[in-house]
Amino acid sequence: MAKITMREAISQALMEEMDRDPAVFIMGEEVGVWGGTYAVTKGFYDKYGPDRIKDTPIAENAIIGAAIGAAMVGQRPIAELMTINFAFSAMDYVVNQAPKLHYMFGGQFQVPMVIRAVGGGGRQLGATHSQTPDVIFAHFPGLKVVSPGTPEDAKGLLKTAIRLNDPVLFIEHATMYQVRGEVPDGEYLIPIGESKVQREGKDATIVTYCKGLELSMKAAEDLSKEGIEVEIVDLRTLRPLDMGPVIESFKKTNRAVVVEEGWKSYGVGAEVTSRIYEEAFDYVDAPIIRVAQKEVPLPYNRTLEQAALPQPPDIVAAVKEVLK
Amino acid sequence: MKKEQLLDLYHQMVLIRRVEERGAELYQAGKIGGFMHLYIGQEAVSTGLIGAREPRDRVITAYRDHGVAINCGIPVNEVMAELLGKATGMSKGKGGSMHMASVEKNFWGGHAIVGGHLPIASGLALGDQYTKNDNVTICMFGDGATNIGYFHEALNLAKAWGLRVLWVCENNKYGMGTSVERASAVADIQQKAEGYSMKHSQVDGMDVLKVYEAAKEAIDFVRTESQPYLLEVMTYRYRGHSMGDPERYRKQEEVKKWQENDPIGIFRKHLLEKKTVPAKALDEIEAQVEEEVNKAVEFAETSPEPAMEDLFANIYVE
Repeated sequence: MAKITMREAISQALMEEMDRDPAVFIMGEEVGVWGGTYAVTKGFYDKYGPDRIKDTPIAENAIIGAAIGAAMVGQRPIAELMTINFAFSAMDYVVNQAPKLHYMFGGQFQVPMVIRAVGGGGRQLGATHSQTPDVIFAHFPGLKVVSPGTPEDAKGLLKTAIRLNDPVLFIEHATMYQVRGEVPDGEYLIPIGESKVQREGKDATIVTYCKGLELSMKAAEDLSKEGIEVEIVDLRTLRPLDMGPVIESFKKTNRAVVVEEGWKSYGVGAEVTSRIYEEAFDYVDAPIIRVAQKEVPLPYNRTLEQAALPQPPDIVAAVKEVLK
Repeated sequence: MKKEQLLDLYHQMVLIRRVEERGAELYQAGKIGGFMHLYIGQEAVSTGLIGAREPRDRVITAYRDHGVAINCGIPVNEVMAELLGKATGMSKGKGGSMHMASVEKNFWGGHAIVGGHLPIASGLALGDQYTKNDNVTICMFGDGATNIGYFHEALNLAKAWGLRVLWVCENNKYGMGTSVERASAVADIQQKAEGYSMKHSQVDGMDVLKVYEAAKEAIDFVRTESQPYLLEVMTYRYRGHSMGDPERYRKQEEVKKWQENDPIGIFRKHLLEKKTVPAKALDEIEAQVEEEVNKAVEFAETSPEPAMEDLFANIYVE
C-alpha cells in the first residue's frame, strides 16, 4: 500500500487507462499545455501529445457535445469541466443528451464518456464558482454520478468509469486534492454503485460522501473522545444509489445523521432520510438529522463562507442530538 | 447521372411525400402522438444531399427527420412503426417522430433540441479525426438553429480543429413562425460562416439535382481539405412547423407560390423534358410508392406495442 494524494490517485487512474486503451483521450479547458488548472493532468501533454490531450476553446457546449459525439462513434473521451459550475453552461448535454441517447433511440447508441468536474466550496471563489450541485445531476436517470472521498476510491472508481459504456459524471472536490490516503499496489477497480462503510461504530450512523466524509471523520474522532462511536457510510455514488450498507448500519444503530456539502433543501439528505424511513421505519429511534450548507449563495468573505459550509462541530452536535 | 440513379432520387422524394401525407392522416386520426414535423416541400434537400454521400459518411439532423431517415435507407416499415410508437420501430417506440436513427445506415439521429446536435456532429467528426479516417459528417439543421449558441460553438470547434463536417442549413424561411428576417441579425445565413473563416455557398433546395451537385462538391472539399464547409439550402415547407401550427405568420398565397416550384413537380418535368425516362416509368414509381406506404401503414398498425418490461430497458448499457 502506498500513501498518495487525491491528485496523484486521479492522475494515476487517467494515465493507466490511457496507456491501456488508445480510444481514451482527454479534452477540456487547459488540460494540455497548462497541465490542468488543478494540475491533475500535469505532464500528460508531453507524454501523450496534442492528439490525446486536447486543449479546447472555453466553450462548454462544444466540449461536452463533441465528447458525446466522439463517444457515440466508439471513442472513450474524458471531458473535463474546469468547475462543475460550468456544467450549467452545458446543462443540455450533461442531463438532456448524454443520459438519454441510449434509451431514446432504443439502445442503438452508447455514450462511453466520463465528465470530470471539480466542485465544492471553501476556496473563496464567490457564489458562482463554489457550488456543490451534485444532486441536480443525480436526479436524471441515464447518468451515473460518482463523487469519491478517498484517494483509493477516486482511483478505483475513475478507472471503472472510463471503462463503462455509460456516461459518468465524476465529481472531485476542489479542496481535497492534497488529501492523502493509502491505495492498493498494482491495478484495481472499484465498482460504481456501491456504498462503503468507511468507519465502524455502534452508536449512530453517519451517511455522507466526498467532502462530507472528510468532515465526518474529524467529527468521529471528537465524538470518540467522548465515548461515542459513529459508523460512517460513504455513498461514493449518488446514482445509482446503493442503500444496502446504509440500511444495514441503521438497523444496528437506529439513529442517523446525513452530511452533505450542498444545500439541505431537496438534497442528498432528503433522499437518504426518506429511503431510511421507507425501508427501515421500524428501526427508527430518533428523527434523522441533516447537516448541510446554509441556504445562501456562498459569500466571498472567508469567515462568512466557512459559516455557511457544514463543519465538524455541526456534525458532532447533530450526532449528540440523535442520541438524546 | 445514370437513369437508375435519377429514378431512385425520384422514388425517394415521392416516398417521403407519401409517408408524410399518410403520417398527417394518422396523426389526425390520433394514432400518432407528440410533436410531428413534416418534410413536405423540402424533399429535394435531403434526397440530393444524402444521394451525394458515400455510405461511410455520417448523417445527423434535427427533429424534421422522417425524410432523412428514408434517404439514409431505413425501411419505411420501421419509420412508420416508430411514428406509431411500436416495438418494431427503429427506436423501439421510445423515440417517436423526432428520434429516428440507425447506426447501421450511418444515420446518427433525429435530435429534438434546436441546435443541440451541432456540437455532437463536431464530435462524430472528432471521433473520425481521432481514428484518422476521412469520413465526412453531414449535419443538417434549420435556419432557426443558426441563432443559438450551439451553432457558434460547433462551427468554431470544427474550424479550429479541422473537423470534417459539412454543415447544411435548410433555410425554409421560418424558425417555427418567426421569419429569418425577424430572428437573425444576418438574413443571408451563409454569411455566418465568414465569422469562422469557413468556406460556404448557397443552393436552390427545390431542385434535387442542384442540391446533389452542390453537395458532391462540398463533401469533396470537406474530405480532401479536412475543413468544415457551410452549405445553405434554400427551401420551403408547405405544411406548418408541426401538426399544431395555426400558420398565422404567412399568407396562403406565399405557400401557393412555392408550391408552383414543387421539388417533385420540377424534377418530374425535368426528367420528361430531357426525355430521360418515359412518363410511364414515373407513374409506375408513384404506384409502387402507394403500395409501399400502404404496406408500411399496415405493418405499423399490426405491429406489437413495446412490452411493459421495455420501460426499464436501455437506461444504461451496464
